[in-house]
Order: sequence, then structure tokens, then C-alpha cells
Amino acid sequence: MDLVDFTITSAVVIAGFALWLLSTAVFIWGERRIVAKMQSRIGPNRLGPFGILQTIADGAKLFFKEDIRPAGIDPVVYFIAPASSAIIAMLTIAVIPFGGTFEIGPVLDLPLLDPIDIGVREVSLQIWDPEIGMLWILAMGSVAVYGVTLGGWASGSKYSLLGGVRSTAQMISYELAMGLGLAAVFVWNGTLQSSAIVEAQSRLLELGPISLPTWNILPQLPAFALFFISAVAEAERPPFDLPEGEGELVGGFNTEYSGAKFAMFFLAEFMGVITMSAITVTLFLGGPAGPLFGLDGTFAGALLGLLYFAMKVFAFMFVFVWLRGTLPRMKYDRLMDMGWKVLLPIGLVWVMATAGIVVAQETVERGTVLRGVGLAVAVLLGIVLLLPLFERRRGVEPADGDVEGDVAASDDTLGDLRRVIDERTPDRVSVES
Amino acid sequence: MFNALRKGFGLTGKTMFRRPVTTQYPEVKREPQPRFHGRHILNRYEDGLEKCIGCELCAWACPADAIYVQGADNTPEARYSPGERYGADYQINYLRCIFCGLCIEACPTRSLTMSHEYELASDSRESMIFTKDMLMAPLPAGAKPTPHTDAEVAARGLTYYPGPAAQRTIGGPPARAWHDPDDPATPEEAVGPATVKLGGGETEPPTHGEH
Repeated sequence: MDLVDFTITSAVVIAGFALWLLSTAVFIWGERRIVAKMQSRIGPNRLGPFGILQTIADGAKLFFKEDIRPAGIDPVVYFIAPASSAIIAMLTIAVIPFGGTFEIGPVLDLPLLDPIDIGVREVSLQIWDPEIGMLWILAMGSVAVYGVTLGGWASGSKYSLLGGVRSTAQMISYELAMGLGLAAVFVWNGTLQSSAIVEAQSRLLELGPISLPTWNILPQLPAFALFFISAVAEAERPPFDLPEGEGELVGGFNTEYSGAKFAMFFLAEFMGVITMSAITVTLFLGGPAGPLFGLDGTFAGALLGLLYFAMKVFAFMFVFVWLRGTLPRMKYDRLMDMGWKVLLPIGLVWVMATAGIVVAQETVERGTVLRGVGLAVAVLLGIVLLLPLFERRRGVEPADGDVEGDVAASDDTLGDLRRVIDERTPDRVSVES
Repeated sequence: MFNALRKGFGLTGKTMFRRPVTTQYPEVKREPQPRFHGRHILNRYEDGLEKCIGCELCAWACPADAIYVQGADNTPEARYSPGERYGADYQINYLRCIFCGLCIEACPTRSLTMSHEYELASDSRESMIFTKDMLMAPLPAGAKPTPHTDAEVAARGLTYYPGPAAQRTIGGPPARAWHDPDDPATPEEAVGPATVKLGGGETEPPTHGEH
């Protein structure tokens, strides 16, 4: 590793960091604007065009606010907890490829300087590409729990402690489902390295006249659903934003935090959304892959990849915002039930199924696989078609807000009851009329 | 379940493209409802005389003790209100006022009413105590600021307290008996320019029996 390598690496790190900080700022602003739109409001519009500088103002306000430190805290841990939350959110993004690769050299012709011979070097817009790529994400996700737990514990308050424990329980239960979603992708692509997973998705599948990108979202749809639900819970976003729990636990694990430390926790939360979107895009939507129009290997091509990546990530961020704008917060017991009793079994079954498919693809010859798949589809179709014959007759599901249809459809107990009530109380206006 | 999801996400999705209902408050101000309780206003008659007679009924009616009134006598040279007395000092403490409107109910001359002004924020306690000059209604067009002299007032020949209990104007004809059938003044005409007319009729003076 020489100076040139060092410079390139530094540039990529700075670019990634800037991109990611910028998207955090855009996200905080965009979320407020979009949620406001969904609620017939305008949202921030005071600072800058469309209020775009609001994030900066909020950040500045939080950092200059009075920092209240309650008595009875563990000072070191109390300080480390929010910092670790933010740092871990930053570390997770390191293994995500956020743009294409390009070559520079052999001669670098800088303005105002003599041309330097640096040889041919390949630059990839990814901070770090370890062999264990996706495991790093899981590991960092696990460590992120510490920020919450330690924050709750170090505050020296019962509310914070309970909030921290509760958040930990939530994050652990979703970590498992998320891990299984990731595992299905590992098994499918046969690699842990994020660049290799992106590479595997960048091919085109020719189906006659149309060609589809081989993004994992198509063959791995159950894993995608599993992973995305877990990602929302892991990012502590609505409808799973229970760590805050204002209703039950004052403020949850961050009750005793104020000023800059509180801002750190929330920065980590917003960064978590971007990280989770980026991971989802990398695993299931081909990362920075997209049509390059013959620009492969050039700087423009790499930037085009960056553009595709940003577009996909922003689309996911919008979904996060839409979820927040629409869904009410879940009850805690329902959340735990969903994590342990629904997502985890589905994840286990799907990983097993994926493994079966992969093994079948590798060992059994193509014709047999196709016949097997055809047979399975036929059996499934037969079951679906024949099922109504064996189904016990049930009342028709009522259309929403349609009381007449409800009464008419179930010509049994409910209708009789209504008639009895109508007879006994003649003044009552009948629902049917 | 899918129908519910479609409806829920559809609603927020649709709302995004609707016009927001936000009022851009400091720039755009909406007129409040007619019966809105804003800060008080001390009304005047058309000729500029104050309606307040310093009776302190508003202060007595106030549940929050927010009103302070000190009455004083009118003199022939310095007349502020028709009748004997006027409100020499009048203060409302808006840190205590709960905008209940009981003072308005209590006022016998409809002097005290509530305006539509609601921007009352301030950063000092002193400025939240409104004095008489802040509460007084602006002078009607062509009117002269108080005090007037009795001679000026008599020349106008106005009836200040109309209705069944009409009294003689200052320097005018002698007082009439209760329930004068020839009294031309009706309560409806008595509404001054700065008075917000509330529902429920005018304040009636007590009708004493003949002793």
C-alpha cells in the first residue's frame, strides 16, 4: 500500500461518509415534509427553500442546548452509550458498495502538476469489502443493542432501565429473523461478500424478447419480506418504534438524555434507516447495478451506479416514511409474538427451502428440476382449485362499511337479532331502511 | 387484511397530493368566529363619551380577580361619561384573565366587550397588565376626546341610556316615568359603533315596583 492507494482509500471513505451524512440530513428533512403532506400540512418551510436548512437548525439547537446530567448516573457509560449508537450506525455502512468500479491510470494528469505514473488501479466505491461482508452487518446490528441497553442502564432511572431492557428484547427478537433473511441470500448467492452479492445480481436474465435483471427480490421474495419487516423493527421505526414508548415508559431508554447526547441517539436512529435501506438494496435490489450504456469501468459509469444506488435507497426511505405516516404503533406483546412466532418460523422454513433449491440446482440435471417444479406447481394448483369443495360454508366476508351487505349476506343470527330489536323498539330507525 | 392495507396506505398516498390546510399564521391571519373571546375593549358612545361608569361590577364578577376599577365623579367641566361617575382607573391583568366573559355579562352599560384581538404574547409581566388607555375603543369619526364639558354634551341632546328606563339627558327635559309609551328609543338603537352585539338581548335595568 503506497501513498496513491492511501489517497484513493481516503477519498472513497470521505465520499461514502459525505454521501451518507448528506442522505441523513435529507432524510430528516424529507421525512418531516412527506409526513406533513400525508397529514394535510406543509411541514418545515421557514429556513431555506422548502425548509431544507431545517435539519441544520435543529442540529445546532440540540447541540447548544443545556446538557442535564441527572445525579446517580454512571458517567462513563452514560457518555459512551449514545456515542456507540452513532458510531456503530456509521460502521455498518462501510461494507455497502455505493457505486460502481472504475479504473484510473496509468498516468494521472493533474492540473498544475507534472503527470504522475501510478500504474493501473481499480477503484471501487465501497469503503471496505471484507470476505465476511454481510456477517459484519449482523455483528454491528448486535452491537447496536448495547447503545440502547447501556443508555437505559447508565441513566440510573427505573424507567430508563425498563425501557432499555424492553428495547433490547425487541431488537434481539428481530435480529434473529433478520439474520435468517440474510442467511437465505447467502445460501442463494453462495457468498457473504457484499460486492459478490451485487455482482451476482448484475446479470440479465434473457426470457425471449424481455430481459430481467437477476435481482434477488424475485427468487427471494419471502426473504425480502422477512428482512424488510425486521429492518423496520431493527431501525426502531414506526410501527415498531416501541423503544421510545412515551405512553408507557415516559421516554423509554432515552428518558434521562438531553441535548447533544439525545441528538446522538436520534441521529443513530435516522442513520439506521439509511443503513437498513442500503443493506436491503444491496441484498435484494442489485445495489448500484443498472443499465450503464457502455460506460462500464469509467468514472462516469461509477457515478451512474452511485445514482442508481441513491435512487433505490431513497425509494426505500420513502417506504419507511410512508409506513410511519400510515400505521399506528404496535402493541408490545404483538410485536414480540410477530418476531418469535411468525417471522422466525417463516425464516427457518425459507432458509431450508432455499438450501433445497440450491442443492437441487447443483446436483440434479435441468430437465428433472423443471419436471419436479412443474409437478409441484400442478399439485399446488390442484389443491387451490379443489379446496373450495371441501371448505365448510362460511358467511361472506363483509365489505368495509357496508352494513346492509353484512345483514343480507348472513341471513342467520345477526339478521334475526336485528329484527327482534326492531320489533321491540318501533321508534328505532331500522338499519335496513 | 389486504383491503385494509390498501385503504390505509391509499389514504396517506392520496393526501400527499392534496392541498394542505395549513394557515401560514404570522403572514396569513384568519378572522376568528364572531363569538370569539379576544382581549377586552372599553366602548364609547358616538360622541366620544365613555360608556364605563366605574361601577366595578366587572371586577366583582371576575372569577380570576383580573380586573381593577377605580371610579371617580364627573364634574360639569370635565365629563367622561354620561351620569354621575366614570371609570378613572381601569386595568385588566392578562396574566390572570381566563377569557370567560363574565365581566361582559356583568357590565350594565355594555361598556366592556371583547374584541377579536388574540395576539397577546409579551416577555414582561408589566406589559401584560393593560391599562385604560390600551383598552379604550378608538374615537368614533368626528368625535372629540374626553373630557367634554356639560354644555357641549347638552347641546347634542343625545339619549345615552335608552330603553324603558330612559333617563333625562344632562340638561335636557325632566326624567320620565318607567315604561314611558312615548319613548322613541328602543334597545336595538342603543348599540354603539364599537359594541359587538352578542346574542341574548341587551342588558335590562332592574324594574322596580312602585313604592
